[in-house]
Amino acid sequence: MWVYEKKLEYPIKIKNSNPKLAKVIITQYGGPDGELAASIRYLSQRFSMVTPQARAILNDIGTEELAHLEMIGSIVKQLIQNATIDEIKAAGMEAFYADHDKAIYPQSASGVPFSAAALQSKGDPIADLTEDMAAEQKARATYEWLINLSDDPDVIDPLKFLREREVVHFQRFGEGMRIVQDFLESKKMYPVQLPDQYR
Amino acid sequence: MNRNQLLAQLTALDFMAVDLQLFLDSHPCDSEAISRYNDIVSKANILRSEYENICGPLTSYRSTSNCPWQWIDDPWPWQGSFNFKLTRDGGV
Repeated sequence: MWVYEKKLEYPIKIKNSNPKLAKVIITQYGGPDGELAASIRYLSQRFSMVTPQARAILNDIGTEELAHLEMIGSIVKQLIQNATIDEIKAAGMEAFYADHDKAIYPQSASGVPFSAAALQSKGDPIADLTEDMAAEQKARATYEWLINLSDDPDVIDPLKFLREREVVHFQRFGEGMRIVQDFLESKKMYPVQLPDQYR
Repeated sequence: MNRNQLLAQLTALDFMAVDLQLFLDSHPCDSEAISRYNDIVSKANILRSEYENICGPLTSYRSTSNCPWQWIDDPWPWQGSFNFKLTRDGGV
């Protein structure tokens, strides 16, 4: 089960509204390389993972991604909560507004609702961990594109934190991959049977 | 320490714990990392109860409450007013 802690992993305090930024940052909430997809991917894969280390890595990174989901929701919320209708129109955010007002909805930057089709849980530990390493790199790249699009230090600062976490997660998945490969190799080694006369 | 200072320090300690926990998942025999982890968790526990004395419950199912039920009190973490401003030197 999970225990909720009434604080963020990293503080989000944004002064100025900016619906244009909110419109693209929402992709890390419900887009294909976003935090929701990451969390569901790892928390689902852990059920079939091998080795204690890799199971723990999936469990704990999947949990941290939920904290990142909350951070992204907080960024989007604070960027749009005080935006006027004129600002929403100027930002080209009318379509989102028509469907969701200023609520938080899991979708990509291009408006596609969250889909589990963006993730896999294969039951093969090497396939799953390889996907996880790629997912961390895709999320890192997304954060870099979002930082390029941002001009507000209140937003860039937490985005940089989240980008760094993707780098750390990639590292941990890489270590998990090595551990799992060693484990799978060890299962292929059979002790040589002694010929009968030496038993 | 005031609320924001407590929250900033607790956020920093808890983050160190999160990062070290992940490291230990793949390095379970690193005794130096384990003793650092244990030290950080003990310090964070002390700070956590200090924070809760001032600001009310921090953790669902783990914190006690006065009457009326304090868990529902604003602000929530996603609200700007909840958060402290992080500065370059790590202060608030």
